[in-house]
Amino acid sequence: MGALTKAELAEHLHAELALSKREAKAMVEAFFEEIRACLRENEQVKLSGFGNFDLRDKRERPGRNPKTGEEIPISARRVVTFRPGQKLKQQVEHYVGGE
Amino acid sequence: MTKSELIEQIAMRQPELSAKDVETAVRIILDDMTDSLASGGRVEIRGFGSFSLHYREPRVGRNPKTGDAVDLEGKYVPHFKPGKELREQVDASRALGY
Repeated sequence: MGALTKAELAEHLHAELALSKREAKAMVEAFFEEIRACLRENEQVKLSGFGNFDLRDKRERPGRNPKTGEEIPISARRVVTFRPGQKLKQQVEHYVGGE
Repeated sequence: MTKSELIEQIAMRQPELSAKDVETAVRIILDDMTDSLASGGRVEIRGFGSFSLHYREPRVGRNPKTGDAVDLEGKYVPHFKPGKELREQVDASRALGY
């Protein structure tokens, strides 16, 4: 199964709404850019039914180069985490496809 | 930021689109992503990240009220992996003091 991409989302918006291809593409870009902009300002994004994008500040911790075994500290960083919403979780949990 | 605030923000920046169209577009985008995952597919958004399913093995859980053991079936859960651009921008914002 192929992955869903921005191109396919834009194609669907163009087909479903009275948007030109250019407008549909701009709409998809704006959707992800607004979420990114919010996360850049350290603000959580809550999309009811789909899920929440949260930010976590991680402290520096000891790490290792898996190839050489050499110890290198993993620097402090801020990371994005996603907590799926109830509706999304329910929709996917009974998927019985198999690879 | 909530979904309705996201819709307002996009509508403000895309003046050629009506608020109604933006609202419908946001619903379609989220529904498409949900449907793709629900049918076992992936979602790959360059510069943002990818969504996929992770399998959770069957396990014995507990009813938190009674303490009784409950057999839980294996299931799939949605997983998000942030893309390089998002990872870098978010981490850079920490350095800027946000």
